[in-house]
Amino acid sequence: MSRTAPDPEALLSVRDLEVTFGSGDRVVHAVNGISYDLAPGETLGIVGESGCGKSVSSLAIMRLLPKPAARVRSGSVILEGQDLLDLSDEEMRRIRGDQMAMIFQDPMTSLNPVLPIERQLTEVLETHRKLKRSGAVDRAVELLELVGIPAAKNRLRDYPHQFSGGMRQRVMIAIALACDPQLLIADEPTTALDVTIQAQILELMRTAVTERGTALILITHDLGVVAGMAQRINVMYAGHIVERATTDELYGRPRHPYTVGLLRSIPRLDEGRGELVPIQGQPPDLSRQIIGCPFADRCFNVLDRCREEMPPLEQAPSAADEHLVACWNPAEGERLVPSGFESELAS
Amino acid sequence: MTKFIIRRLLLLIPILLGLTLLIFVFTRLLPGDPATTILGERATAENMALVRESLGLDRPLHEQYFQYMGGLLQGDLGRSFITNRDVVDDFLQRFPATIELSLAAIIFAIAAGIPLGVYTAKRRGTWVDAGGTILSLIGISIPIFFLGLMLKWIFAIQFPILPDSGRIDLVNYFIPRVTNFMTVDALIAGEPGGFIDALRHLVLPALALGTIPLAVIMRITRASVIDVLNEDYVRTAHAKGLRDRTVDGRHILRNALLPVVTVIGLQTGLLLGGAILTETIFTWGGVGRWIYDAVTARDYQIIQSGVLMLALIFVLVNLIVDISYAFLNPRIRHS
Ligand SMILES: Nc1ncnc2c1ncn2[C@@H]1O[C@H](COP(=O)(O)OP(=O)(O)O)[C@@H](O)[C@H]1O
Ligand SMILES: [Mg+2]
Repeated sequence: MSRTAPDPEALLSVRDLEVTFGSGDRVVHAVNGISYDLAPGETLGIVGESGCGKSVSSLAIMRLLPKPAARVRSGSVILEGQDLLDLSDEEMRRIRGDQMAMIFQDPMTSLNPVLPIERQLTEVLETHRKLKRSGAVDRAVELLELVGIPAAKNRLRDYPHQFSGGMRQRVMIAIALACDPQLLIADEPTTALDVTIQAQILELMRTAVTERGTALILITHDLGVVAGMAQRINVMYAGHIVERATTDELYGRPRHPYTVGLLRSIPRLDEGRGELVPIQGQPPDLSRQIIGCPFADRCFNVLDRCREEMPPLEQAPSAADEHLVACWNPAEGERLVPSGFESELAS
Repeated sequence: MTKFIIRRLLLLIPILLGLTLLIFVFTRLLPGDPATTILGERATAENMALVRESLGLDRPLHEQYFQYMGGLLQGDLGRSFITNRDVVDDFLQRFPATIELSLAAIIFAIAAGIPLGVYTAKRRGTWVDAGGTILSLIGISIPIFFLGLMLKWIFAIQFPILPDSGRIDLVNYFIPRVTNFMTVDALIAGEPGGFIDALRHLVLPALALGTIPLAVIMRITRASVIDVLNEDYVRTAHAKGLRDRTVDGRHILRNALLPVVTVIGLQTGLLLGGAILTETIFTWGGVGRWIYDAVTARDYQIIQSGVLMLALIFVLVNLIVDISYAFLNPRIRHS
């Protein structure tokens, strides 16, 4: 896939993206040449254990990586035909918040504590939509109603600390949707929330992006969260995409031993079969050079070749169309999760 | 909020009570007494005793203290042992000069300290930042009298571009005292030349007095901005595509300045202490110089009541700072 040209139909095409931190003798290879496409209106899940490069790769797309610590070594991020990595800071700024928006994990800290939420909403509209103050305020009320804030009009002057965690994340979603972006990136949007609130926020995001045809990248370390949301899933490990397939296909016939391990470690609602099986071992240290497949040490299907050469991300043998896997010895594709179970996982 | 203010005002009472005792003891520990100042070193013992008796200094210390406190409780801060002038009148007449100097110093400290703090914070880890840190450390540790004398020597004596003492050129300008703020009085008198001259007289003492608060404000601003730069909401602000100056002003500075405001208030209060030295070096006719002279003359009443009034002002300034902090910070305002 890394050598294929960007799909002209795609809204977003990421190619060979590589990000490192630091310099000299301690370079952390956080993202190691990932490539994928996202169709307009599509919801893509990105899953993987913490530290595998989900946030860093998405911040690279938004060009929000901390400077000068992080460095994009190579690659391209093509949004509607233009490579975002070629844009000037000013051109990129105009796109951020307008054509693409991002929601972060912790709604407690992601809103400015000393500004009323009204201002935090209207400033986006004033910046990108050139709305005057009063127009922006009306639109802010609409947006807050849209994301389900009760008595929205009376809450404009309130500060973030006067809202609950779930309500704050709703405000974040309202801000992100303010300019009707074509692409929304949500980085663990429900991880910091209570379980009951999680489902509500996911439901809100699902309806919002479906109604508007917004493409969504939903990042999570929790396979249960993406199951009912995403059409397609990228599984990441140690800065690589190791498997990519439609949600049904991935849950139904996982090929990468890592994905198999992840699915086995989900707490099961039907306790018919098996127990929670955590994956043995630890992810590799990304500041060391890794030869071969980074998952080899933890893998139940490991071959000698795995320790010598990194497998490319390629079409899995005898799989439905577009099921990519980076593995020399993929699993057979046995059904791990009963079909139709995906939606249960999400609830 | 009102409750908070009332509580703070009530807290003032024990603080000021303790302070009166402290200053009282301090004045009596100074060698010599007002009688020596009035009569000179070679006065006879009988005359000395006579003066001491008339000032009430012959009575036991606790009686003197209670008499002083008795006056205070009735709002009477007493009279100078030496000139017999009302202490409050003297204070009020000189205080504007001190305010003028302190304001000039703190404005200089804020106007230079905050931008320097922000600038070095955004360039942290570079040689600009390292240089700024070294300079601010020097600024914090340099003694005021040394800095004052150096400034005077360089800019008033070696290169005489600024006046070395006083508040205005008394030979060329006659300014009737109305507010006792020299700059304001010059304007009232319709003397633009006098106004400029008053400003020129302010420069060196304000630099001397403002350098420590400048360095402190710069360091706190730098640390605070660096903290805020790493906050999630700053990343959110960039994710919204806001212009850099909006992110800097509305999102970074507004949060970063919260701790700086407290420090500014504290430094303003501490200026009063520095003012005593500065006013002495630059013969600046304010409260600082007045108290310095009173210490030299062992004028107990002025020392006691003058320091007490300064302390009261210091505490009030801090109260105002705390209140404005609460207004800037919605999390406190609502609790
Ligand atoms: N500011 C940073 N400095 C150094 N390393 C970093 C920094 N941010 C992230 N990393 C490293 O990059 C890797 C990927 O991190 P991240 O994308 O945040 O993981 P996650 O998949 O949990 O979102 C991790 O190994 C992490 O240690
Ligand atoms: Mg993350």
